[in-house]
Amino acid sequence: MSAPAPGRPFPPGDYPVVVVGSGPGGIQLSYALSRLGADHAVLSADDAPGGMFRRWPFFQRLLSWTKPYAPAERGTPAYERYDWNSLLADEPAHRSLMPDFMDGTSYFPSRPEMEQNLVAFTQRTGIQVRHGVRWTGTRAEDDEAGQRFVVETTDGEYRSTTVVFAVGVAEPYTPATPGLELAAHYADTRPAETYAGRRVFIAGKQNSGFELASGLLPWARQIVLASPSPARLSVNTRSLVGVRARYVQPFEDHALGGGVFIIDAAIQRIERTADGSFQVSLTRTDGGGDVQLETDDVIAATGFVTPLLDLPELGVATFGQSRLPAQTPWWESASRPGIFFAGTIGQGAAGLKKHGLPSNSGAVHGARYNARVLASHIAVARLGIESQPVIIPPDAIVDRLVREVSMNPALWHQKAYLAWVAEAADGGFRDGGIQPLAHALDAGGPDAVVLTIEADGLGATYPVVYLRTAGGVREIVLDGEVFLRFGGAEHRRALGDAVNSLGSLSLAK
Amino acid sequence: MATGEELADAIASMALFADLSTPELARVAHTFEERYFPDGERILRQGLRGSGFHVILDGEASVVVDGQQRATFARGDFFGEVSILLGEPPVADIVARRPLRCLVLDGPSVEAFLVTHPRVMYRMLQAQARRLRNANRWRS
Repeated sequence: MSAPAPGRPFPPGDYPVVVVGSGPGGIQLSYALSRLGADHAVLSADDAPGGMFRRWPFFQRLLSWTKPYAPAERGTPAYERYDWNSLLADEPAHRSLMPDFMDGTSYFPSRPEMEQNLVAFTQRTGIQVRHGVRWTGTRAEDDEAGQRFVVETTDGEYRSTTVVFAVGVAEPYTPATPGLELAAHYADTRPAETYAGRRVFIAGKQNSGFELASGLLPWARQIVLASPSPARLSVNTRSLVGVRARYVQPFEDHALGGGVFIIDAAIQRIERTADGSFQVSLTRTDGGGDVQLETDDVIAATGFVTPLLDLPELGVATFGQSRLPAQTPWWESASRPGIFFAGTIGQGAAGLKKHGLPSNSGAVHGARYNARVLASHIAVARLGIESQPVIIPPDAIVDRLVREVSMNPALWHQKAYLAWVAEAADGGFRDGGIQPLAHALDAGGPDAVVLTIEADGLGATYPVVYLRTAGGVREIVLDGEVFLRFGGAEHRRALGDAVNSLGSLSLAK
Repeated sequence: MATGEELADAIASMALFADLSTPELARVAHTFEERYFPDGERILRQGLRGSGFHVILDGEASVVVDGQQRATFARGDFFGEVSILLGEPPVADIVARRPLRCLVLDGPSVEAFLVTHPRVMYRMLQAQARRLRNANRWRS
């Protein structure tokens, strides 16, 4: 490891791990690697930490809340359930930083407040980042020790067997629809007041489209949102799938005939008219035929793609409109071992998506736990840093399960995605810590109790225990509880029964 | 594979979606989600609730019951609908054999999707009838 030099840390050279990016994903990963004693370099094209929060959301307020006053005390892990925006720290003084920067006007922090939170975490925890260095290319090379990657940058070359890209999903994407190239992308939206009295057509009915529509309600004369499939609302899906409640106002305006129109239609083409406005030709996908409309502005709220540079040429497979890299449950490229992903790109490791509900890996409150798990995985699997196994005696396992299901915010925020694992070992259970659920279920290994919190998308939230044996995996769904408390006598009894079942299944092998 | 337009083109030739108009195909491409499964990854898990309806875009998948391979699915085939329709966990694992790309619709959305697209429902019924006929042939 090259010790950080005074001034700018991490000069070009060889490192055990190279992390690219200084948004919340890169910062959280660097913090967790440091606390595990895993040497690494962090590189960033930006001149300060914060990633996308240095610029977006466009209307300068987040979608993720932090409750300054919550049922759990600030500075405790239990508080993390109510604070979606602070990064995770082992030291109580570095936890729960977000509420310190909030001015009390909203429980959604403003963008500058979030940026301050991330900068403060980086400074207070002593995370080193080489800023102002741009990743320009990647190649693989073989030497006597095996294969390693060369990360080419504006400052020179970095070599490592393990590279983690935490570069966000931040490259504006516009589909090849004829004429859509005439539109401004979400990323290039003008100040709201410049839309005063104008007719605005927004292509896209995801959160970014509805965010713009909400912000333009006091300015635009008419707003039309269109995309081929119907808009879904998070309050209906009972998850983060769909348009968030904060942006539902345009939907109500549409429903009540106030001048906003939300249409299920494919855009055939967009053309400029002689007077400088636009003609938009739509084909409705709900059987309503063709429609034409005139508008003064067109905005493509058509999403972002992952800025992977030349990684696809190196063999990194991607999928979906966001061109996310396909990943293993440990956020490693499914097609190019040694290349990992952190931050919002981790949503490419989709997990089980039970009942269609995604993980929260695309947001800080999910990705921060993924980063901690990834750091442990890299430390063990890539750097050979072994920790002493912790054995839980048989008479303590139920207490421990109750504690994890009641208190572990990783299970709460990453439902049916991250799991607490206890593997049968001599004299009790080995504490397997938090692991990706897909790995815990599919990778085999010793008999194990695998614990999650899950939801069914219909409003129910409940613990689930998986019993993993050589004979397969058995799923035991526990009851929910009206106040979402899973530490009571009934859950204790059910968890005890589950542990006993594991013994029976093991004996039956 | 990436954009909605490319997905709409890709599914236009599949028997399941053969009766849909171009705008309907665009809507389907935006309603389903594309997913990628590396070789060997489990897509459905025997006995576990909450799985989705999958249509194979590219690659192959095996049907595995209690560790025994029973059948193989390829491009245009679909799976996962039986457990959704019956409200029961799958009775087999489905495992990717070489990298697999699928279109996926989450279980809770399947009923509304089929009711909205009766021609897709009819095509699905035809495929199920074929599977039932073949299963009966094996038994006799």
